[in-house]
Amino acid sequence: MHPKRKKRLTLILFMVLGVSTAVGLLMYSLSQNINLFMTPTQIASGEAPVGRTIRAGGLVEPGSVVRDDSGLGVRFVVSDGMSEVTIAYEGILPDLFREGQGIVAMGKLGEDGVFVASEVLAKHDENYMPPEVKDALEKAHQNGKQALEEARY
Amino acid sequence: MSDALCFGGGVKTQLIAVVVMWQWLKQLYHRLGSPKWFYEITTGWIPWLAVLSVIGTVVGLVLGLLYAPADYLQGNSFRIIYIHVPAAILAQSAFMMMAVAGAVYLIWRMKMAAWVAKVIAPIGASFCLIALLTGAIWGKPTWGTWWVWDARLTSMLLLLFLYFGVMALQQAMESEDSSYRAGAILSLVGLVNIPIIKYSVEWWNTLHQPATLKLTEKPSMHPDMLIPLLIMIVTTYVFFALLVILRTRNEILWHERKRSWVKQILES
Repeated sequence: MHPKRKKRLTLILFMVLGVSTAVGLLMYSLSQNINLFMTPTQIASGEAPVGRTIRAGGLVEPGSVVRDDSGLGVRFVVSDGMSEVTIAYEGILPDLFREGQGIVAMGKLGEDGVFVASEVLAKHDENYMPPEVKDALEKAHQNGKQALEEARY
Repeated sequence: MSDALCFGGGVKTQLIAVVVMWQWLKQLYHRLGSPKWFYEITTGWIPWLAVLSVIGTVVGLVLGLLYAPADYLQGNSFRIIYIHVPAAILAQSAFMMMAVAGAVYLIWRMKMAAWVAKVIAPIGASFCLIALLTGAIWGKPTWGTWWVWDARLTSMLLLLFLYFGVMALQQAMESEDSSYRAGAILSLVGLVNIPIIKYSVEWWNTLHQPATLKLTEKPSMHPDMLIPLLIMIVTTYVFFALLVILRTRNEILWHERKRSWVKQILES
């Protein structure tokens, strides 16, 4: 390669590398702010500020959803497998809100440890399958692990 | 030497194969630098690419919208994936291609590379915009919001602004050469955003779900839903190639308009 071109190539490589390193360090140091929500574990360990608007996210614990007899009030427990946090919300839940599904709630953590949400968003995962397959998977899950392996596509 | 050629698999043979391929690639590279060669060789490709794009889009969309089963959780609203995912993939691939073309221009001063980079920018920006819009439309019925400032959505919006920046720089200065160089530098700097978009859903917690299609693992999608998606992705690449070739040919005709071979084409 022509020495002049070689010089330009190294210059470009260094530029891309330098920018990447700078941005990488920046992203790393800002990762607390880039995270969209706090996990129940973070909230349970006291990382979450009380009384400030934050987002909390996790899976809705099956069987934990309690609706008000009158009105739109709802309480449910969100967990990440390690810790749990109770969320209270008044309003219309998104269509995809289900027990066992992920949600992200925006609101404030109260002194009593209950998270009072002003907005609840539903998270969905990266798995796509027809309802029959889902049913088959669930049935198989009940019948044992071996059957599950067979039912997979 | 001849022995090595006869009995394939030897180290020597492999070495020769590598050298031959390298020479061939070098030759191709030098040819790509010739506007006339590019113009002539792509003339015959255009109808094929156009037909393939139409067939692929029709087959992919019919399979995806009519024949693929509804999702167990999202019902029919997941079907926007057949536009959203190909557009998002293309927006990122196009940016990488634009940056590579920019680097080639910066290093070798190849005019063709500058034209290709200039041509890709608005196409990539369009795909990026389509990905953002279809994402918002998908987000409303599933997540419950059009937009959220999570890492994936924000980095994708940044990609759109980077495209706008590159497009602006490519036309910013009096001299075409310095404009192209400025655009190339910004596209190389912006390259750092591509891995951020890709891994945003893994590095940070986001509302956006992680990738369904992975290179190392089985896709977490039922085959009846997956096949139309793959068809749409490949078709979008073909369509992109068609657009880039058509617009590059225009650039060639414009810049080489005083050359005799272009005059001949225009006269006939």
